[in-house]
Amino acid sequence: MSKRTPEQEMAVRTRRGFLALGLGAAAGIAGWELLRHGAEEDGLAAGFRRVQAFNERVTSGTLFRAGHLAPGFPVSRAEAPRANGDEGLTDDVEDDDWRLELTRYHESQAGSKLEMSDIRKLPKAEHVTEFKCIEGWSTVVHWGGARLADFTAAFAAGSERAQYVGLRTPNGEYYAGVDTPSALHPQTLLAYEMNGEPLSDEHGAPLRLVIPVKYGIKNLKRIGALTYTDMRPADYWAERGYDYYAGL
Amino acid sequence: MQRIEEKHLLVTRWTHWVNFPVLFLMIWSGLQIYWANDVYRVGALHFFPQWVYSLLHLDHSLAQGMAIHFFLAWIFVINGILYAAFTMISGQWRQLVPDRKSLVQAIKVTLYDLGLSKEMPPQGKYNGAQKIAYTSIAVMGAGSAVTGLAIYRPIQLSWMTSLLGGYPAARTEHFLLTMAFLGFFVIHIAQVVRAGYNNFRSMVSGIELKKEEAADV
Repeated sequence: MSKRTPEQEMAVRTRRGFLALGLGAAAGIAGWELLRHGAEEDGLAAGFRRVQAFNERVTSGTLFRAGHLAPGFPVSRAEAPRANGDEGLTDDVEDDDWRLELTRYHESQAGSKLEMSDIRKLPKAEHVTEFKCIEGWSTVVHWGGARLADFTAAFAAGSERAQYVGLRTPNGEYYAGVDTPSALHPQTLLAYEMNGEPLSDEHGAPLRLVIPVKYGIKNLKRIGALTYTDMRPADYWAERGYDYYAGL
Repeated sequence: MQRIEEKHLLVTRWTHWVNFPVLFLMIWSGLQIYWANDVYRVGALHFFPQWVYSLLHLDHSLAQGMAIHFFLAWIFVINGILYAAFTMISGQWRQLVPDRKSLVQAIKVTLYDLGLSKEMPPQGKYNGAQKIAYTSIAVMGAGSAVTGLAIYRPIQLSWMTSLLGGYPAARTEHFLLTMAFLGFFVIHIAQVVRAGYNNFRSMVSGIELKKEEAADV
């Protein structure tokens, strides 16, 4: 041990401690500022985009299982969710005029235009699950429709190999992309019924996506076009700073 | 004559000071997320009035808040695991975890601190109130991580969410833990100010100056 008096020892250790703390704080603040004020990608600093990509890999790579189902609820718990957002719903579409433009994997443009009667021929699936908005609220809803997995097998066999499914409204104003494992999850529906009734306009008549493994922003209302692709499809809210994956 | 007493080990100090800004930013970004659906009430009143959100730039920042929250959560959890593992392995937990006497002592400490009692309870490294507070805060940190994960990935981790009473319940628990952190923060700062510079300095230097005759307390 040195011959320092306790007071000298205290002074040395205090100086050392504050110096280390100051350096640590400076490094932390510098790192934080770099992260926050770097170049932006779609309204969010690139550093945060990289963290989102990492978090996506952790979730899709280690947590996600097709067998992990959204918990079910009794039908009596079902309520009408808030009709948040009318992006892409401003033009009225009559059911008879509506068509689903389907672009299969490796097709360069829509290879088929489907009618509601085509969708209704598929086995009907129902579930009562919690619809979760990215804002933080949730509502238990009873959905009915065709599984997107069944739809894919029936109308786009082979398209399961695509990495993404892209969707947009008939007028193209709202659009979203989801990774194929989530799109083919057994609870992902092309829904035409909500709480036992045909979909209302504000909830996306005649056909909407219901994907319980994603936040509401991916549950696109009034699907006009559906595309299987390896190119990450454009996504309305991801372009406005939100996480592209948005998985639950 | 004074002597040096080792008080806080290096890992304890570093994890404490890393946690301070990280927890602060976790609460800040957490409130940016909460703003988008600020449904909790005290009686008829909102937890936070609108001017609080605008003053602290908490409004209209959901996307940014989520980006920050799910980045810093990693540091918060890793730092917390480091602290907990070190506290267990080093044996420091023995001075930290409350024992049978802690509750009575904590009441005496509180009465003394509020000026309602003249008798100062015996002080070890930590008194009973500190033991309860510091152990609770570590448990609360773990609770925030668990309730946070349960609302972050409520389908992939649905077993966790179900154990906490479901998605809305887990969100409420996560929020209440945050309010408890804010409460802890206010009391902690007040007590550090009261305890004075020698005590504060020990969280930086690791050591404290003690009067020689006080050695046998």
